[in-house]
Amino acid sequence: MHFGPHLLLAALEGLVTSAVLALTALGLSLVFGVMRVVNVAHGEFFMLGAVLAWAITSAIGGHPALGFLAALVIAPLIVGAIALIAERLVLRRLNYNPEATIVATIGMLYIIQQLALTFYGPEARPVEPPFSYRILLPWFGYSGYKLSIIAASALLLLATWLVLTRTKIGLVMRATQYDSETAQAFGIPVGRVYGGVFALGAMLAAIAAVLIVPISQAHYLMGQDPLLLSFIVVIIGGLGSLRGTVVAAVLIGLSDGIISVFFSPTLAKIIATLLVAMVLVFRPQGLFGTASR
Amino acid sequence: MSEVSPAKAYALHLGVIALLFVLSFVLPDYHHGLLARIMVLAVFAMGYNMLFGYVGLLSLGHAMFFAAGLYGAGLSVIHLGWNVPAAFAAGIACGALLALVIGLLALRTTGVAFMIVTMMFAQVFYLIILYFAVWTGGDQGMVVPQPARVLVLGAASFDLTNPTVRYMMALTLFSIVLLVTLAVVRSRYGRVLVAIRENEERTKMLGYDTFSNKLGAVVLSGTICAASGAAYALLFGYVGSSFASVQYSILPLLWVLLGGGATTLGPLLGTLFMYYVIDITSGYTSAYLLIVGVALILLVLFSPKGILGTIRQRWLGWLP
Amino acid sequence: MTDKNGFFDLSKSTLSRRTVLKGLAAGAGLAMAPGFVRYSQAQSSAPIKIGFQSHRTGIGAAYGRWYEKTSAAAVKAINDAGGISGRPVELVIEDDGTDPARGAEVVAKFAKQHKTDIVFGTLFSHVVIGSAPAAGENKIPYFVVSEGHHVASTKLNRYVFQPGITDVKSQIQSMAPWIAANAGKKVTQIFPDFAFGYDHRDYLPPALKAQGADVIAQIAIPPTESSFTKYFPQIPAETEVIYHVMVGPAVLTFVKELGEFYGSNRPQLFGFMDSLEATDINSPGLEFLDGSHFWEGSPRYAQADDSAAQKAYRAAVGIDDNGAAVGDPKDVSTASHMFGCWETLYVVKKAMEDAGYKGPEDRAKLVEATEALTEFAEGPEHPQGAKTFNGKIHQCFGIQNISKVEGGKLKVVHKTKIEDGLYEAEGDYTTQAL
Repeated sequence: MHFGPHLLLAALEGLVTSAVLALTALGLSLVFGVMRVVNVAHGEFFMLGAVLAWAITSAIGGHPALGFLAALVIAPLIVGAIALIAERLVLRRLNYNPEATIVATIGMLYIIQQLALTFYGPEARPVEPPFSYRILLPWFGYSGYKLSIIAASALLLLATWLVLTRTKIGLVMRATQYDSETAQAFGIPVGRVYGGVFALGAMLAAIAAVLIVPISQAHYLMGQDPLLLSFIVVIIGGLGSLRGTVVAAVLIGLSDGIISVFFSPTLAKIIATLLVAMVLVFRPQGLFGTASR
Repeated sequence: MSEVSPAKAYALHLGVIALLFVLSFVLPDYHHGLLARIMVLAVFAMGYNMLFGYVGLLSLGHAMFFAAGLYGAGLSVIHLGWNVPAAFAAGIACGALLALVIGLLALRTTGVAFMIVTMMFAQVFYLIILYFAVWTGGDQGMVVPQPARVLVLGAASFDLTNPTVRYMMALTLFSIVLLVTLAVVRSRYGRVLVAIRENEERTKMLGYDTFSNKLGAVVLSGTICAASGAAYALLFGYVGSSFASVQYSILPLLWVLLGGGATTLGPLLGTLFMYYVIDITSGYTSAYLLIVGVALILLVLFSPKGILGTIRQRWLGWLP
Repeated sequence: MTDKNGFFDLSKSTLSRRTVLKGLAAGAGLAMAPGFVRYSQAQSSAPIKIGFQSHRTGIGAAYGRWYEKTSAAAVKAINDAGGISGRPVELVIEDDGTDPARGAEVVAKFAKQHKTDIVFGTLFSHVVIGSAPAAGENKIPYFVVSEGHHVASTKLNRYVFQPGITDVKSQIQSMAPWIAANAGKKVTQIFPDFAFGYDHRDYLPPALKAQGADVIAQIAIPPTESSFTKYFPQIPAETEVIYHVMVGPAVLTFVKELGEFYGSNRPQLFGFMDSLEATDINSPGLEFLDGSHFWEGSPRYAQADDSAAQKAYRAAVGIDDNGAAVGDPKDVSTASHMFGCWETLYVVKKAMEDAGYKGPEDRAKLVEATEALTEFAEGPEHPQGAKTFNGKIHQCFGIQNISKVEGGKLKVVHKTKIEDGLYEAEGDYTTQAL
């Protein structure tokens, strides 16, 4: 294949990766930014979203779009509820101590993974896409559903941005993020905000998973890679910066796709990872963040 | 960090070492072998604790130092035919050098950025192992040939595949690192590190060069972890990329947090605890990860400073 | 978990009750009588304990479950027929988490704590290689069912055997003549960028060359990849055959994306069943595979010409005509590999009886007796087909199947000969000390 089409394909693939990554990372970034804790179980919430999507679509049957839409609504709600319970039962009692939270969320990671293995099983299971339209370009075919992921993700990101900047809920969250003690003094129920943010973060991951599962199957170990990548995106983008998170996700998604056009894939990953690490070393506050307090 | 009775602290540590020595003669075969492995990995945890516990730098990439020792020692036996002491030294040297380079770069960052930078460097290290599969064996790893695993000292030769020899080697390494750790944390240098952890700005204003102190701690930490990796390769005969994966960066953190950060004996206790929880629960159910997860959460809820940290807080204030 | 009684207790067993066919049962009666006489003087009737290193968690879990099912069925069949040397067989199962470090610990646990007679059943190559030193040091025979070339490479040690499944080097070599003759001469390989893939990368080109065909491109894909489309432009336009072998949970994606990329206008496809083990080939998105060919170790779908032994084996393990669990058509088996567990256990039985094996003190005799084996005849003990065994490299060699996807099923269209897969031995374990 010629260079131009090859690059186009790599860019398209990179954008799909970016779209899903942006949603997942945004969830992590909210938790990270507002609560100042690292949620190691974030990838497991992603996995839960995918596994639930499989369960819901196979329970509903009928036209694939029906099950998919149901999954898109129900799966994030269930995951959010689970996250809320976990937050109330564990994280709150730890006073959001950063180190204790890491250990506790590692514990959650094990628990969620094991429950998925026990009740869902070790197989990778597919979910049928809501529609299967193959776009025929002059050089190659491309999945129409994949393009729709990009659009859906953009819409969701826009919605989140509106909520954060234009609503009272968003204001409360930003106030808590900026200074939780002062926020408390002004009568903001910081505890409840934390619970809500933790659940919202998990829900965003679950939505991303439901979107991706028709093109990549549900598997009980699928949470690992999104976790690592989301971490990277969050830090590169700068803590709690929505714009930074989106830009970093696009940057990392695209670079992963495009560098692999020029180098052997493992070498591409080495180079990409090293580049990102160097960005961090020489600009530790991320591309858009302000110096951390 | 007590000022009272250094003798008490040294007596306790020598007592622990003596206990481990005696255990070698009374433990059943299986637990004897397991404890040898735990001691080697506890060294890994102690190296991690040096940085995390005392300097307060949370790294998510220490698997690379362990793996540097593992591959440095293993590959120099496999490809260069080096003998055991030379290979062990090679492993440690690899780890120290890597720690120096990583320290120079990563210490420009703090907090979460430090976590992520170390994690990414470790990921690069892991991918490099996969990329050079011709020499490293890639994801399958390689076996260090059994005949090469013999330590010749003058006229005496020790077969490292013999359980007793292996146990004693592991104990020797463990004891040296334990006593070195104790000496470091009780020294002036150790106190500077703790001061940096508590308040870096103030320490800087007091005239300490915090960067080079931290760099020293990274190198010391990386070297200890590499020693553990090198010993693992030579004592257990396998080098593989899974030891460089992110999982092996999280494990020492877990062991230290369980046992108690900034305690000299915590790493051993945490490693021991975690190993036996998995070993025992896996005998009853295949869902043992569930139990491990629940145990972790309970522990962090009810004993947030780790086992030894809690003991020190409640009862034994003098514990180092 | 040590399933001490599970396999003798039908109520706990997940197997179907009509597990053992009449023929097998009759054979059982015959085998039992002389066995009883011959070993009535045996000192002990305590069970022979086989340590089963199982991938219950981790990336290998989908295989682990089926390896357990197959092994349980084989143990039940062996016990129903009088056990080994008149002694019952007991499986002791430990999870290795598909992790090489834990694998080594598990081997030590079997040797020292459970005091099993042998260790058996490992699939994933890195776990085998990680565990092999522990087996050698504990001097406990270690029978793996991994298909990796590691055992035959003679880089492990004298206690490691692979007598139940052909290694991947031999499999690849025996595929080449058929590919060159029937699929095409210009081959592009797509394989995972790790050791399992390197076997394909290294052994296929010379094997094809010998048949007058060429590998024109080799595309390695990192094992962590979950999306593949960006690699497809590297497939040269003149490619006649795409030779694909992917493993791991993302393989379905791989095939689906290949379908989206090419549509109906595709080159010939030849794949290794490893790509789709435990996966229904009628999953949405896999329609694209129709008409393509696969290597299969043992056929997933029941074939018209199945031998009585093959039928009995399928019934005993509890898989239906589509290779899924009886009663759960969505629970697809790992048929191409798991037969190796069944056959390996029968090899162990033969070797133990040849050696007059009494207990752990006879382990060295067991190693020598296994090395003395040369061939296994097709039959109830070896339902996949006849095999030869090379005692110097501890590896067996059997026939391979090439199957075509037709109407949502896999139909065997070609069976290779054992000779197609033989190669020069790379070393000799028997010169090592015991």
